[in-house]
Amino acid sequence: MRAAIHSTSGALALAVLLLTAMPPVIGAETPNPVADAQAFRKFFTDKFPKVKLEDFVNGPYSMNEDMHRQWQEKEQFPPYDFSLEAGKEMFAKRFKNGKSYADCFPNQGIGIRQNYPQFDEKEGKVVTLELALNRCREANGEAPFSYVKDEMAALTAYMAFTSRGKPFDIKIPNDARALEAYENGKRYFYTRRGQLNFSCASCHVQNPGERIRAEVLAPAIGILNAMPIYRSEWGGMGTISRRFTTCNSQIRGVPLDPQSDEYRDVEYFLSYVSNGLPISGPGARP
Amino acid sequence: MSNMRVSEMWKFKLSLALLLITGSTPLFAASEAEFKSAYAAAEAANNEARGLRNQWTTTAAALAAAKRAAEAGNFDQALASSKEAEALAKASIFQATSEKEAWRALEIR
Repeated sequence: MRAAIHSTSGALALAVLLLTAMPPVIGAETPNPVADAQAFRKFFTDKFPKVKLEDFVNGPYSMNEDMHRQWQEKEQFPPYDFSLEAGKEMFAKRFKNGKSYADCFPNQGIGIRQNYPQFDEKEGKVVTLELALNRCREANGEAPFSYVKDEMAALTAYMAFTSRGKPFDIKIPNDARALEAYENGKRYFYTRRGQLNFSCASCHVQNPGERIRAEVLAPAIGILNAMPIYRSEWGGMGTISRRFTTCNSQIRGVPLDPQSDEYRDVEYFLSYVSNGLPISGPGARP
Repeated sequence: MSNMRVSEMWKFKLSLALLLITGSTPLFAASEAEFKSAYAAAEAANNEARGLRNQWTTTAAALAAAKRAAEAGNFDQALASSKEAEALAKASIFQATSEKEAWRALEIR
């Protein structure tokens, strides 16, 4: 009897210890994408009260009146035009098996950019537009394109162009894995890395509108809406994959492979918090 | 000049030469074995950083410099670069570990 009492009180003490030691399951740590997106929007509109919400998609050009005027002039003869034309031709060209990109996407791939990235519930992972394009190629017996080179930039430039003005509409389905992918992307965005100890947020949340060397930093909200972009610094077009890997190198971090889970997830996070802002790609940047 | 004085002069010159030789190089030059051990430690730390998905380009550069110096037979430089690489890799591990919680400080709420 005494042994039974001892064992019961011991178990009770252990249970109390565990309950008090464990953090509450519901609290500040619970992912809440809707609240995140609201806070994100409020942060940038409070920080830049003169910038119209839809103008954030113009990146550094939304931060500075002079640059905005230069950009408007540049848009008369946009430097991404050659890529857009190439992308349109590539998109229409049939694969060796007679099929085309149009067969892989809803609405024949026209005006759908704003719906990517998507969470694929079969795979349990985020699928970006770049990834979906290469999967389409492979499914039709074609070799995949490099994620950081001109062909992928041209294809996504054309697809973005057909979605211009359509607001980002990224969905997080009722699937714990989707929420986890979103949360992983958020963590990646805020995590410091590289020898320079920068996170994505160091530049695009803490310092948008400021200069880093000769560059004016873009705000994080709407930053992917203009992708892919022609960058004068690159002397050519760049995909989202190129942007992510280059950012990592610039802070002296070894980039991950393009379309690694981390990059797919951070694209998911950044696109979701820009829901409602119009697609403006392809874009041009200094 | 006496034989005694000539002998003393040679002794002096010899001592000076020895002094110059020992002064211009480290007292104990690094060996290939020391380099290999330091390089292995640096590589192990860098592999740990890879596991944390947080390698630094500067670690890779220091490892490459160590290898180049060793191939040229300069084990002092090879050892120094290996140690630098290990220190950088360990810093990247510390960063990745501390950021597991610290990232929240930057979060927009």
